[in-house]
Amino acid sequence: MMESLARLGHLGLHALARIGRGHLLLLGILGGLPSLAARPRLLLAQVYNVGVLSVLIIAVSGLFVGMVLSLQGHYVLSQFGAAESLGVMVAASLVRELGPVVTALLVAGRAGSALTAEIGLMKATEQLSGLEMMAVDPVKRILTPRFFGGLVSMPLLAALFSAVGVIGGWFVGVGLLGVDEGAFWSQMQNKIDFREDIVNGVIKSLVFGWVVTWIALFEGHDATPTSEGVSRATTRTVVHSALAVLGLDFVLTALMFGD
Amino acid sequence: MSDILLDEVGDDVLVRVRGLVFSHGGRRIFDGVDLDLPRGKVTAVMGPSGTGKTTLLKLIGGQLRPDAGRIEVDGQDVHALSKAELFRLRTRMGMLFQSGALLTDLSVFDNVAYPLREHTALPESMIRKLVLIKLEAVGLRGARDLMPSELSGGMARRVALARAIALDPMMIMYDEPFTGQDPISMGVLVNLIRRLNDASRLTSIVVSHDVADTLATADYLYVIAGGQVMARGTPAEIRANPSEWLTQFLEGLPDGPVHFHYPAAALAADLLETA
Amino acid sequence: MPRLRTLEILVGAFMTAGFLALFFLAMQVSNLSADVGSEGYRLQARFENVGSLKVRAPVTIAGVRVGRVEAIDFDPRRFEALVTLRMDPRYRQIPEDTIASIFTAGLLGEQYIALAPGGSEANLGDGGLLEHTQSALVLEQMIGQFLFKKAEEG
Repeated sequence: MMESLARLGHLGLHALARIGRGHLLLLGILGGLPSLAARPRLLLAQVYNVGVLSVLIIAVSGLFVGMVLSLQGHYVLSQFGAAESLGVMVAASLVRELGPVVTALLVAGRAGSALTAEIGLMKATEQLSGLEMMAVDPVKRILTPRFFGGLVSMPLLAALFSAVGVIGGWFVGVGLLGVDEGAFWSQMQNKIDFREDIVNGVIKSLVFGWVVTWIALFEGHDATPTSEGVSRATTRTVVHSALAVLGLDFVLTALMFGD
Repeated sequence: MSDILLDEVGDDVLVRVRGLVFSHGGRRIFDGVDLDLPRGKVTAVMGPSGTGKTTLLKLIGGQLRPDAGRIEVDGQDVHALSKAELFRLRTRMGMLFQSGALLTDLSVFDNVAYPLREHTALPESMIRKLVLIKLEAVGLRGARDLMPSELSGGMARRVALARAIALDPMMIMYDEPFTGQDPISMGVLVNLIRRLNDASRLTSIVVSHDVADTLATADYLYVIAGGQVMARGTPAEIRANPSEWLTQFLEGLPDGPVHFHYPAAALAADLLETA
Repeated sequence: MPRLRTLEILVGAFMTAGFLALFFLAMQVSNLSADVGSEGYRLQARFENVGSLKVRAPVTIAGVRVGRVEAIDFDPRRFEALVTLRMDPRYRQIPEDTIASIFTAGLLGEQYIALAPGGSEANLGDGGLLEHTQSALVLEQMIGQFLFKKAEEG
């Protein structure tokens, strides 16, 4: 009994220590912003890594999600004779929720795990140590560009997801299911508010970008420098990112869209 | 506690370690260690694996903090320096990691050029010449466009060495340079360490558990085991040291003060034991 | 990692695509183009019951959107709801005796304010008050009235 309590306490302290290390690392990462401004090429390379390389999966997923939304939505709405509201339904779901959230989950899986593996491997092969001994701060040089690359890419990817999704929804709703084109767009434009929906969606994806990239970089930096350690760190990135995104989404939605 | 530890070393000491105490993971790795690393000489630190030899280099380089004690490099207390001063000190120290630690996404040329590009404002033409000179010193000028993944272990270490001397440091630390090398690469490295040290009046610190090559290369040796300095001296003095433990270590004898058998009951008793 | 030139082009293309998507969402999907924003002038109206009228609900004349509800407040002295309307500056000729009613869009839809212009020559200016209002129809009251009438007849 005492042993289990001791273990629990131990785990708790361990978790607290991780949270502390994570925040200290974040401070170090943010402190590298001035040096990053002097070396824009590093940021460019990371926007490529996180953003450009994710475009394909984001666009394809967005397209299919939009099409499925339209399909399912039409089925339900036509039962109430409200098929003309399909445009609003698809657009609202995408812009407010699915765009930012699904994009964040996909990016965590694709780019987040790649970041963790890369940093973890650099740690295991002593490249980070080597940089330190060459009087180069590895946090500012390696982690900061990746953090801002992720932060910048996320809202753009989410916008792409939503935009492609709306088009996919239009294709299925208007093109295949015969919803009136005019009604589809006009109801959407009437109901979707720029400030409330679009801007809030962007804010959400910025928050998710911050959190997902932070977790990915921390897990890589904190990984045990063995192959097993890196593999576990990568798994943790995906799982923790997903939980954080979904949890934050609830909080943000309540704040933004509650009355 | 005297500031000058050894007569033969004199007072031209580059790295001075006094009363070093360091623990990790519950284990006492250094328990009151004093070292003097003389300028311009090759000093080796030997001992069984796991005695924290790599840890010593990290402590000297300021990557780790000792629990107690003081480490001075060129008159400066390493752990009392500000971050900026520590970084400045590190540009004057070169370190060769066991695996080379080359940046895997850069070519050999770019790896050696890295410290030059980072810490100097020299034009690219100047940097190119410097990089080629350094690569020539380690015999790999022709390999400059290869990627680290295309190099053998020995070649990677030589490139890392070229990188370590890129900024013409005052000292180089070698972390297990002889481990896992074939005889020829070993010979090349031994030769390089000696030549570089003498040509540029460098101070070299070699950490290793390879007895033969270390004894052949070093001017002065420390043997550390169990967190303490077990022996010190020139290679001749070490060989002449009558300590049983030292003899077992140096000659690689399977049995002696470090026992072959892990403590257990008598063999007959174990075999006759019924389940 | 491709060469620098390719990198720059690809990242540039990505950023452009992302911003185009945002622009598309802002223009085609949202009401940005039709939004009045914070220009326009204010009108006020008092209602006994605003029903489920919400802030940002549309204000229409003849079915055309001419503004939106900016704020819904409670007047504690008169025990009435005080609704502030933000009107599109293009439409300034709203007669003083215009009636403001709260209607429901469709069967299950949102509630909005419809203005029926009166015949007065003078127009309402910024901050003007719509004197004549018709509150929202509350379902329970209507059912109560209906039952009462039926009871009277039968």
